[in-house]
Amino acid sequence: MFRILKKNITVGKVTLPQAFTLAKAPEGFLGAPEVDPAKCTGCGKCVITCPTKALTMVDRSAEDKRFFHRSYGDCIFCGLCGPVCPHRAISFKGKFDLAARTKKELHLQSSFSLSCCRKDAAFIPSNALSAKGSADDVQGFAQGDFSSRLSMEEEGLKLKDKIQRLFGRSLHIREVDAGSCNGCEVEIVNLSNPVYDAERFGIHFVASPRHADMLLVTGPVTRQMELALVKTYEATPPPKLVVACGTCAINGGIFGGNYTVIGGVDRSVPVNVYIPGCPPRPEAILRGIFLALDKIPTAQKN
Amino acid sequence: MKPVFQKLKEKLGDAILEVSEGTAKEWRVFAAKDSILRITECLIEDFGMRFLFLSGSDTRKENKSFTLHYVFSYAHQDQFLIVQTRVEEKDSQFPSLAHFLPQANWHEREIQDLLGLVAAGHPDPRRLVLHEDWPQGLFPLRKDFGSPQKIPRTAGQYVFARVEGEGIFEIPVGPVHAGIIEPGHFRFSVAGEGVLKLEIRHFYTHKGTEKSGEGKSPEHLLCLAERISGDNSLAHAVACAQALESLGQSEVPPRAQFLRVVFLEMERLHNHMSDIAGIALDVAFSFGASQLMRIKDTLLRLNEQLAGTRLLRSVVTLGGVRPDISEAKKEWFVKEIKKIKDDFDKTIQILWQVDSLMDRVETTGTIKKEVAEVLGGVGPVARASGIDRDLRRDHPYAAYKDLFFRIPVFLEGDVESRMKVRVQEVYESFKLIYDALHAMPQGPLCGALKPLVPSQSALGYVESPRGECFHWISTDGQGKISRWKIQSPSFSNWPLIEYAVLENIVPDFPLINKSMNLSYSGNDR
Repeated sequence: MFRILKKNITVGKVTLPQAFTLAKAPEGFLGAPEVDPAKCTGCGKCVITCPTKALTMVDRSAEDKRFFHRSYGDCIFCGLCGPVCPHRAISFKGKFDLAARTKKELHLQSSFSLSCCRKDAAFIPSNALSAKGSADDVQGFAQGDFSSRLSMEEEGLKLKDKIQRLFGRSLHIREVDAGSCNGCEVEIVNLSNPVYDAERFGIHFVASPRHADMLLVTGPVTRQMELALVKTYEATPPPKLVVACGTCAINGGIFGGNYTVIGGVDRSVPVNVYIPGCPPRPEAILRGIFLALDKIPTAQKN
Repeated sequence: MKPVFQKLKEKLGDAILEVSEGTAKEWRVFAAKDSILRITECLIEDFGMRFLFLSGSDTRKENKSFTLHYVFSYAHQDQFLIVQTRVEEKDSQFPSLAHFLPQANWHEREIQDLLGLVAAGHPDPRRLVLHEDWPQGLFPLRKDFGSPQKIPRTAGQYVFARVEGEGIFEIPVGPVHAGIIEPGHFRFSVAGEGVLKLEIRHFYTHKGTEKSGEGKSPEHLLCLAERISGDNSLAHAVACAQALESLGQSEVPPRAQFLRVVFLEMERLHNHMSDIAGIALDVAFSFGASQLMRIKDTLLRLNEQLAGTRLLRSVVTLGGVRPDISEAKKEWFVKEIKKIKDDFDKTIQILWQVDSLMDRVETTGTIKKEVAEVLGGVGPVARASGIDRDLRRDHPYAAYKDLFFRIPVFLEGDVESRMKVRVQEVYESFKLIYDALHAMPQGPLCGALKPLVPSQSALGYVESPRGECFHWISTDGQGKISRWKIQSPSFSNWPLIEYAVLENIVPDFPLINKSMNLSYSGNDR
């Protein structure tokens, strides 16, 4: 007993200050790739090296334009694109706070003059670049195999103001693993440790969807978990929120396009917030949860 | 090596069709499928070899038949033996080993589901990897399966083995569990609180990872390997990289070998921390749980500062490692590690004296040595049941052969033993990190990788925090990856849990489960 007390006192307080103010990761953390528009020439080297097609380029010869699309919703933060850039335009400065309400917000685009791009020695013509499937088009909710089980009002359930009023002070979360690699689970479990201590914000992880206000879903949704996910969603009493946690949960990530992967939570149930990361840092998950509740004013977010 | 082959030939005569030396540590033997059982019996009983895994591939393009690889380890000489056999499409049966070798049970069912070959005489031929709504006659690992398509769901039923009698109830648990863990289904048959039978039904997180790897570039395969089992990211990545490096004839420079040891042991540390914390949490001793989870987070933050990612992703590159630990950083790192060790030591000393914890873990979830041996248990679970086995010593890789460390083995096989194994391993890991940092020579971080050798296969392996992890990669005629078999430690250990819970009470199941700490995603892939 006294040893426990002594240990507790010597360790002291380890909880990090409120997550809102903690915008920086420890030095050395890689985070998401950031492209410096001043240095980028649109050559396409990074597009080839990206394992999840988070970086894509589309040429429109008629307009003499090359469009460079970057989707944080597909990025697995692997860092492969950095070293291949001949102009050192891609850097990793520990960016991780990326949660967004729509996939559109996760999408960045810039354009180049195609004739200028061609002058670069490293230029790669568009036919050598892998094309993006249509997977990225889904916004909010696409109907999956079990959508007939869901009621007609799913979209209507996004009654933000009402939910905000209802969940104003406390939030019960049911975590659902819909086929993740368990990387996201590691970080979600960490939310309850003394360092992040999500309980201090009134966030509780509960054992049953029947007690939950929010589903925190990880993984690309495997074929064999889809029904279980939909059933869990059904079992959650309305009004309810769904947060897709991790890059897999947004568009399927590195597993997208496989025979047994549905490719994103919003292909099975409606999603309110997307949290990119592979896995997202615990702070990023917290920010995503807050964003779902609209607790972060938009101005503060950027 | 030669005497082994000679003896094999003497014993088996014409059962062995052809012998080749393969790569440095892998012997190859070709055999007719009908003699597989005889050969396996002989290898295990007369030579003391150990069955590791079975991999099947569709090689109809190359030789008009499917190929099965039975991989064995020969610990006395740090060698692996691969028995290769062909199965024709017209006669798609192969003899089941499961009667003689219960460990082969899941391996053979996996081949039935994914490759469409039939294990003749298998005692339990039900579906394993693909669930009941998967259409008949569609086999994803066949090359003519094509690109992903919308696969219809069909009606079907999975029949659980039933225990019947007065007062016997079934408790279904999962796939969505109460805690923040991965999905899987458990079906308990109980009389009162005592468990009479447990049947596990997994593969809910089956993502077709092995199929995804086919045709990928080596760099992208490595990214995928890091995402097989999140908390064992690095172990899988190193195992995959080793197989690719052997195919690409790449020499990993010594400094990178030592850095791999440092990071692999960092991964073991954070895994064991959360396992011991989980045991403390499941007996409601929250002091232990929160102290150890705090230490774990310190380790993860340390990873982040050293390597750029908390779960040590993007650390391994083909032919070496990406992050270096400079002299200045080394000093700081050693200081941090010492602090963490001291912190851990104090916490553990308290844990051993808490009666409410020790009462729950002693004699709970016992796995007998014979059961662990027969079912092919690996890692800390096997070592807690008296099986002295560790790839780091028996088949050394990276820089492990230059380092000294002990392998803790306990005999009781209960939750307490599994906890003790982990605690001892934590101390060894601290020592290994310290020693590896000091023994690390100067030099480059990464060697060059040549294009992969065509029509070849290679094995990569790592003793992950959960146990033996093997990656087996084959290339086609153009040097592209044509088959990627992942043998994760969880796939070996899951069947053991059905025995560990027998004669225990249902409330102890979470504790037993946590003490084995198996990955669902690593198992399901």
